[in-house]
Amino acid sequence: MSEIRTEYYRDGARKAQQDPVLQSALAAAQSRIGGATAKAYMDFPEGPGLRLLGHDIRMKAIENLDILLETLVENIQKKGGHVHFAKDGREATEYCKEIALSRGVRRVVKGKSMVTEEIGLNSALMEEGIKVTETDLGEFIVQLAGEHPSHIIAPAVHKTRREIGKLFSEKLGIPYTTDPPTLTQAARKALREEFLSADMGISGCNLACAETGHITTVSNEGNIRMATTLPKIHVVFMGMERIVARLEDHDILLRLLATGAAAQKMAVYVSYIGGPRTPGQQDGPEEFHLIILDNGRSRILADEEFREILCCIRCAACLNVCPVYGKIGGHAYGHTYCGPIGAVLTPLLVGVNRAKDLCMGETLCGACQAACPVNIDIPRMLLSLRAKLADGDPQWSVTRSSLMEKAFYMAWAGMVRDRRMYELALRAVSGAQKLLPRREGWVHRLPPPFHGWSIHRDMKPVSGKSFIRRWSETHGRRGEGGNEPR
Amino acid sequence: MNHPVTLFVQCLVDALYPEVGEAVVRIFQKLGIPIECPTAQTCCGQPAFNTGYRKEARSAAKRFIEIFEGAERIVCPSGSCVHMVRHHYADLFADDPEWARRAKEIGARTYELSEYLVDVLGVEDLGAAYHGKITYHDSCHLLRGLGIAEQPRRLIRHVRGAELIEMKDSERCCGFGGAFSFKYPDISAAILDDKVKNIVATGADLVVGCDMSCLMSIQGRLSRIGSSIAVLHIAQLLAG
Repeated sequence: MSEIRTEYYRDGARKAQQDPVLQSALAAAQSRIGGATAKAYMDFPEGPGLRLLGHDIRMKAIENLDILLETLVENIQKKGGHVHFAKDGREATEYCKEIALSRGVRRVVKGKSMVTEEIGLNSALMEEGIKVTETDLGEFIVQLAGEHPSHIIAPAVHKTRREIGKLFSEKLGIPYTTDPPTLTQAARKALREEFLSADMGISGCNLACAETGHITTVSNEGNIRMATTLPKIHVVFMGMERIVARLEDHDILLRLLATGAAAQKMAVYVSYIGGPRTPGQQDGPEEFHLIILDNGRSRILADEEFREILCCIRCAACLNVCPVYGKIGGHAYGHTYCGPIGAVLTPLLVGVNRAKDLCMGETLCGACQAACPVNIDIPRMLLSLRAKLADGDPQWSVTRSSLMEKAFYMAWAGMVRDRRMYELALRAVSGAQKLLPRREGWVHRLPPPFHGWSIHRDMKPVSGKSFIRRWSETHGRRGEGGNEPR
Repeated sequence: MNHPVTLFVQCLVDALYPEVGEAVVRIFQKLGIPIECPTAQTCCGQPAFNTGYRKEARSAAKRFIEIFEGAERIVCPSGSCVHMVRHHYADLFADDPEWARRAKEIGARTYELSEYLVDVLGVEDLGAAYHGKITYHDSCHLLRGLGIAEQPRRLIRHVRGAELIEMKDSERCCGFGGAFSFKYPDISAAILDDKVKNIVATGADLVVGCDMSCLMSIQGRLSRIGSSIAVLHIAQLLAG
């Protein structure tokens, strides 16, 4: 399992906000991709409603996951592929290690895969003395720098040209340059050598199709195609939810994925892979292994409230529009999945209490859902997670996050049911606030727990006379006692 | 045509911005439409719901339903609160069919102010005047929760002497987010700063919106940085 640092959300957010380079990179990335995706949805020949169809296809797949996975496995085995089910990250990495060690694998090339990041595959293989090379350019940069991806599809979004130039001159021994084509060529040269000498290729799975029995990978650099065809062994890691029933559904989702990810009609390289090379075929691996990972997903599947999050196809469209992600970047989220999708998924995978800042630290603005190519209702699930933190939940082993806050809302609930008491409370606040420092009629500093507000902005004081009091004085009171007929 | 309306004033307007409530009343008086206001109302429950306190939110919601159940048409000067009543009450009473039914009925009769004026009454010109440049902020729940974007703009465009200048990223969150604003103040303020920069860049002398919560945050920041840009709820602009 890769390291979990969700408890350090606030620290990570602060560091990100103090990093001007990261701030401008995030702003540039969001303004470039965020808006373009929204426009691209309008250009579907079927109209923007295709997103809703995509949602239905995904939900149907999630609800029939057992049958679809069974069909996929049968079809892949028929073509000579091997399939392993792994209940957690450890089992998945063990399978992979076993395959590698028993075949004497020394060098591995990898296509970009978030699920292998989730289970910490690279370090597990490297502990066995195997050399692992990430071949996606962004991942390659992040790996050379000894970091983790900060975005689901643009892993090195946090790094500048200058930083990459310095990194390449240190690690690849090329003269320092900030010229992107020169840097890309240097990476390409280094990667070609790895591709040609690798004994094993590892990829993720963007989507599988049960009907045809294949997994699909997409990339814009062609690196996954090389990583999955050149080495003798291809190992695929697939989150158990990444499947649809029919080829027709599958192709709609690939279009939605490319649009959500980069406002593209289709990714540049799309490979449908169903098993090892068959006699007579010129390309492809001799062995094909599919590792289907659970790692907490069946627990999510079992809960109707959160099942919808399994519809996600990891396009990162939600990151590109999220105002919070735009300020704190991916590393602050403290685990593999960041942004709005991470704010729901990570607490469910690692524990709601330890990742509480992820679901509380969102504005509920809904931009994520509007940007999602399969229209996942992320705000609804953020609210559900908050409900678990408010009152605890034994099913998810969540404990109440704040007794003080609970007491406050209990008192509040009593007050809002009784206008007379409510009015007294308003008057009390209106009186007490006279003690607070003011400037030109505005409150300059608020007491805890509201003091955060007044660090950066002033506060309008509570009115000396509420609207309802003003109305009552001119129109009389009505219905204050309780449930009276109108 | 002139069905009476019942004012759901929003707790924030009630306590902090009573002048916005009074502006709503003046608008309906100007239109010759009778307006009532149940004086027992307090809060729809949204603050508790958004923070996760569903039991407490349910308690507030039930009281809200009891108070407003007899009203024919409910109008509220807040997109966020209408979104709560129209959409989130269903989540709140998911396990309680009887209250869910009552909530659904109320939700179908609850309108946001600009939506009621433009879509229900067909009124776009309220005869108001403002001499200056106005920019409009799209509140998240109003825009994405209720799909209201064009109605307030039409109303603003009909204000005599006013020039509507669109700001960059108007549809982007202002960073308020309820308790988020004081629990994660630095992130909230960073998002807010982008909004304020975009407002300032328009050269407008007035920001208008349909939700006092966002506007309170924007106004609080403008006040802190000593800006002369004014902030008004759309009701204040239209009531004249």
